[in-house]
Amino acid sequence: MLAAEDVAVFRGERLVFRDLGFRLPAGGALVLAGPNGSGKSTLLRLLAGLVRPAAGRVLWDGADAFSDLAGHGRLVAYVGHQDAVKPGLTVTENLRFAAAVSGRPVGAALAAVGLEALADLPARMLSAGQKRRLALSRLVLSVAPLWLLDEPTLGLDTGSIERFGLLLAAHRARGGMVVAATHVPLPLPDAVELRLG
Amino acid sequence: MKVFWAVLSRDLRLSVRHGADTLAALLFFLVTASLFPLAIGPAPDTLGRIAPGIVWVCALLAALLPLDRLFGADLEDGSLDLLLLSGLPAFGIAAAKALSHWLVTGVPLLLAAGPVAVMLRMPEEGIPALLAGLLPGSALLSLFGTMAASIVLGARRGGVLLPLLVLPLVMPVLIFGAAAADAAAGGFSPRPHLLLLTAMLAAALPLCPLAAGAGLRAAVE
Repeated sequence: MLAAEDVAVFRGERLVFRDLGFRLPAGGALVLAGPNGSGKSTLLRLLAGLVRPAAGRVLWDGADAFSDLAGHGRLVAYVGHQDAVKPGLTVTENLRFAAAVSGRPVGAALAAVGLEALADLPARMLSAGQKRRLALSRLVLSVAPLWLLDEPTLGLDTGSIERFGLLLAAHRARGGMVVAATHVPLPLPDAVELRLG
Repeated sequence: MKVFWAVLSRDLRLSVRHGADTLAALLFFLVTASLFPLAIGPAPDTLGRIAPGIVWVCALLAALLPLDRLFGADLEDGSLDLLLLSGLPAFGIAAAKALSHWLVTGVPLLLAAGPVAVMLRMPEEGIPALLAGLLPGSALLSLFGTMAASIVLGARRGGVLLPLLVLPLVMPVLIFGAAAADAAAGGFSPRPHLLLLTAMLAAALPLCPLAAGAGLRAAVE
């Protein structure tokens, strides 16, 4: 279970949010909503342990989540607003690192996002939506229980969004958690909404 | 440990794929070193006397070249976030990056240093000491360079700041490295200089990745 208590975050001199709290049980989903600049991405990076809170605590199963940052990283699969795709590598090679970390096969991950036909294509040939799907396929490779998604469906066609919905449902059925920042409706039934800003 | 090798193999694969960037440091080393005979004249006594210094300074400057992109590309495309979330502590990521910099830049420089020293008419008895000094020396350049690259990461004009940060740090390396080759060329033992270089390496090996890891954490925040 993931919980935040009275969390405040500064970016430089600016207070992004304060007194923020929520609880997310296993299998739960939290959708972050709010205008641009309200701190949705910052909250995701905070939950990933990339940004440190100025006040408050983030708890994982009741214990401080950030006492072991590297260990916390293993519990988290993060898809930021950048795709982290290397244009010089092929689609398969882009996933090698994630596959080496988790030990899962690359082929199944590509099939889950419908990119198996492009496996040997250099990633620079992919369209924006295909790069996004490549970034999402890292979620399939990961064994982490917490998915942190920053505008995950940006640039995806309807078919890909449906496939992504299946991935989310399967992850939650296994007891996984999802926290997503979004402006458009996501295929996340009975998700709790947290409004920022 | 599995993740460490995954980071290393990922970086090596990227270096192979961007072959031109990888070769740039080596070619820079060869070209700058060959400017000296043209500027100073090919007289063996002058050239041979300053050859260790030329090789060391050129190697040092060449090793700086790829540092700017060592973490820069990963920060820009978001890969650095994923590396830091891979379960390997930040200093482990930095250590893997330093090792890949050494394998991709340091080792080729080390291999090219011998022929360049011969080209510069360096006295033959000094060449083994030059290479023996460059072995820990190039590793030190990679370690200090990785540390400085992570510290300037995200700063505007980081590429300009980087040499200003690295060069003062590697001055002792340069002094003892060139002194080792000089001593051997003059008929003295290079051992004390090489031992000092190795001692510096022993200190930098744990400390530089730790500092670099803290720099990486600060850069993604």
